[in-house]
Amino acid sequence: MFVILEKKRLNPDVLEMKVSAPRVAEFAQPGQFVIVIPDKTGERVPLTICDYDRKAGSVTIVFQVVGLSTRKMARLEKGDAFADFVGPLGKSSELISESPEELSGKNILFIAGGVGAAPIYPQMKWLNSHGKKADLILGARDAGQLILVKELKENANKVFITTNDGSAGTKGFVTGPLNDLLLNRSCHYDRIIAIGPLIMMKSVADLTRSFNVKTIVSLNPLMIDGTGMCGACRVTIGNQTKFTCVDGPEFDGHLVNFEEAMRRQAMYKPEEKEHDHLCNMDLAVEESHSKSLK
Amino acid sequence: MITNKRIPVREQKPEIRRNNFNEVCLGYTKDEAIAEASRCLNCKKPLCITQCPVNINIPDFIQHIKNSEFELAAKSIARASLLPAICGRVCPQETQCEGQCIMGKKNDAIAIGKLERFIGDWSSEHLPTPELPKIQNGHKVAVIGSGPAGLTCAADLSRMGYSVTVFEALHKAGGVLVYGIPEFRLPKDTVVAHEIENIRKMGVKIVTDAVIGKAGSIDELMNKEGYDAVFIASGAGLPKFMNIPGENLNGVLSANEFLTRINLMKAYNDDYDTPVKTGKKVAVVGGGNVAIDSARAALRLGAEVTIVYRRSENELPARKEEVNHAKEEGIQFRFLTNPVAVIGNEKGWVKSLKCIQMKLGEPDASGRRRPVEIPGSEFLMDEDTVIMALGTSPNPLISSTTPGLEVNKHGCINTLEDNGLTSREGVFAAGDAVTGSATVILAMGAARKSAVAIDHYIRTKYNEQTHEDK
Ligand SMILES: Cc1cc2nc3c(=O)[nH]c(=O)nc-3n(C[C@H](O)[C@H](O)[C@H](O)COP(=O)(O)OP(=O)(O)OC[C@H]3O[C@@H](n4cnc5c(N)ncnc54)[C@H](O)[C@@H]3O)c2cc1C
Ligand code: SF4
Ligand code: FES
Repeated sequence: MFVILEKKRLNPDVLEMKVSAPRVAEFAQPGQFVIVIPDKTGERVPLTICDYDRKAGSVTIVFQVVGLSTRKMARLEKGDAFADFVGPLGKSSELISESPEELSGKNILFIAGGVGAAPIYPQMKWLNSHGKKADLILGARDAGQLILVKELKENANKVFITTNDGSAGTKGFVTGPLNDLLLNRSCHYDRIIAIGPLIMMKSVADLTRSFNVKTIVSLNPLMIDGTGMCGACRVTIGNQTKFTCVDGPEFDGHLVNFEEAMRRQAMYKPEEKEHDHLCNMDLAVEESHSKSLK
Repeated sequence: MITNKRIPVREQKPEIRRNNFNEVCLGYTKDEAIAEASRCLNCKKPLCITQCPVNINIPDFIQHIKNSEFELAAKSIARASLLPAICGRVCPQETQCEGQCIMGKKNDAIAIGKLERFIGDWSSEHLPTPELPKIQNGHKVAVIGSGPAGLTCAADLSRMGYSVTVFEALHKAGGVLVYGIPEFRLPKDTVVAHEIENIRKMGVKIVTDAVIGKAGSIDELMNKEGYDAVFIASGAGLPKFMNIPGENLNGVLSANEFLTRINLMKAYNDDYDTPVKTGKKVAVVGGGNVAIDSARAALRLGAEVTIVYRRSENELPARKEEVNHAKEEGIQFRFLTNPVAVIGNEKGWVKSLKCIQMKLGEPDASGRRRPVEIPGSEFLMDEDTVIMALGTSPNPLISSTTPGLEVNKHGCINTLEDNGLTSREGVFAAGDAVTGSATVILAMGAARKSAVAIDHYIRTKYNEQTHEDK
């Protein structure tokens, strides 16, 4: 049984849970994900690992409540348990395979949109613990939607905050500060890591492409098994089909076919079971994001 | 009097079963089984046995049925096979035992599979559940994967006194038996879950949600967790696609995805959350059991289904009984037809499948005549969903995280014949992970040999008497 050790509301729609899962905690690395099954009749829900504690045998997940499965998860309280909790799955971040020397010479920028802040956090924390603080652009719809600000700031060098409505930080999208930073010759980035709604990652990748800055994105498509068995998670990366769950979730943002990824992510949308059921939490984020872009 | 005709087995009627997921074949009653068993000639040189991959003493168990000695029949089968209720249902008997049955030369072959199934079902109703082995030898073995190979090896080793832990990546044990083969062919609760429960009762520990290679590697199992040997039974779960244009359109999916949604996640049952959709028209590409299972599952969800197969009907690798069932249920077949592209609508959903007509040419390596394209014969089939059932290969998760484990060019683990020993000391493998997608009985047979080899390996290592010597 995978008991919920702590439950915290990060904002009205986003919850953080610390879950007892010793085997996952023992092997988890930044960039990897888990699959959670809320209860006996539940779906397999993929969620990025937000934090892990090997000693305590716990793994932290952060999710936005958008549909049937995440609502089921949100209803569980401290002391309750998930039916299943599988992981760690996927490849770990490319970053962690690099030596401290390699990293110390590098200038890295993270870009987090909405709940994308959750998977960014373990990477920045890992970097910081290896003596490297990176810069961060943190974007959300409004001030109330910003999550993990304190935790991220503790592990970051420069932090830029944007909100669509200007209720915190600069008004606008993450691409605003990004454009300024890229135009500003004094700060050259070797690598940008962007995690958030597909539409945000696409905008970031489009912008950085013209500046020729390597950009990593983390994809969150529909998944079932998470081990390479079903192909539901396939994406096109530069003309090649890849399975996100085993080849990713991180990919070169300049090679991702985002149009296809967005179309495939919406595959079960029109005929959701119980009408409002969504298979993927990004969907709702994406929707609000694309609305606000208009 | 020996009759030439097989005792017919009761089945759900096609027009009824096409609307439900309940088992199609209802099996023999006691009297029917005895009557069918009475047809067996109890041959001096039984050809049926020679074609059984695990050499069940077929005439022996059939004679016991004839004499109403069902418990003795069960014991007879158990000497060779662990899972008669399952194999009786899914073995390709027509190419194995029944294919060589002497009665079949002129008349109907004995319904060996149906008799085996009868005994399997009788046993689970009447025989006591197995008990914990009396003596534990203190050695630990890890089994990776809980399909037929993993379960069989675990059961055998447990009986020899080993402490066995099975690690399964999915949330339910059973491998293809739970995620692949549908309920209407192999009932999950009454048959599969029952067998797995029995194996648990024998003391085998099954840890689900444990993906070896991600949550610990084989080396970690052996060096850190103290397992004396590891048995790899991870199957061949990696789906193939055709690499034709349009394959990533919405509505194109692998048979694995489709069947997993339905069987493992129970998407056909409204009480479960996982969705599945087929639209009105479904094309299934392929001709094996997986293709037929996908087609019949799609039919039961209300779709009009066509199977697209590049060879002719004679080459269909699926079980004959299931091909017949599929036809009775109204599945259409398009033989000598091969997809060349999937065409989408403006929203990126499948609109049609573009195919080309084939003809049979010279025999290929498999001995079957190779299908060749007929130039200019392309045509379109209107479809909402295309299911790719083109076969599978072993998942590289294990081989890529186990240094020194040799695999062939298809990703299948190289083993020494007949004992499953891999290129790594103490690591054994069998089933689909070694052969590529094959059959339940082959996986089971190979796993039993590996169990003996593992026992031998561990006892030699510790200088103990082997189980065989006793
Ligand atoms: C739809 C379908 C229909 C079929 N119909 C028939 C039939 O009618 N008759 C017949 O004889 N055969 C049939 N087969 C083939 C038969 O099911 C297989 O040959 C058989 O199940 C192989 O057994 P196995 O134990 O080697 O592997 P599997 O049954 O594939 O089991 C492997 C298990 O290992 C697990 N696993 C994989 N990797 C890992 C890992 N890294 N860590 C932990 N666990 C892991 C998997 O999740 C799986 O549960 C069919 C197959 C399919 C897909
Ligand atoms: S070959 Fe047929 S008739 Fe002969 S023993 Fe086997 S099942 Fe009976
Ligand atoms: S989720 Fe099934 S292959 Fe990736």
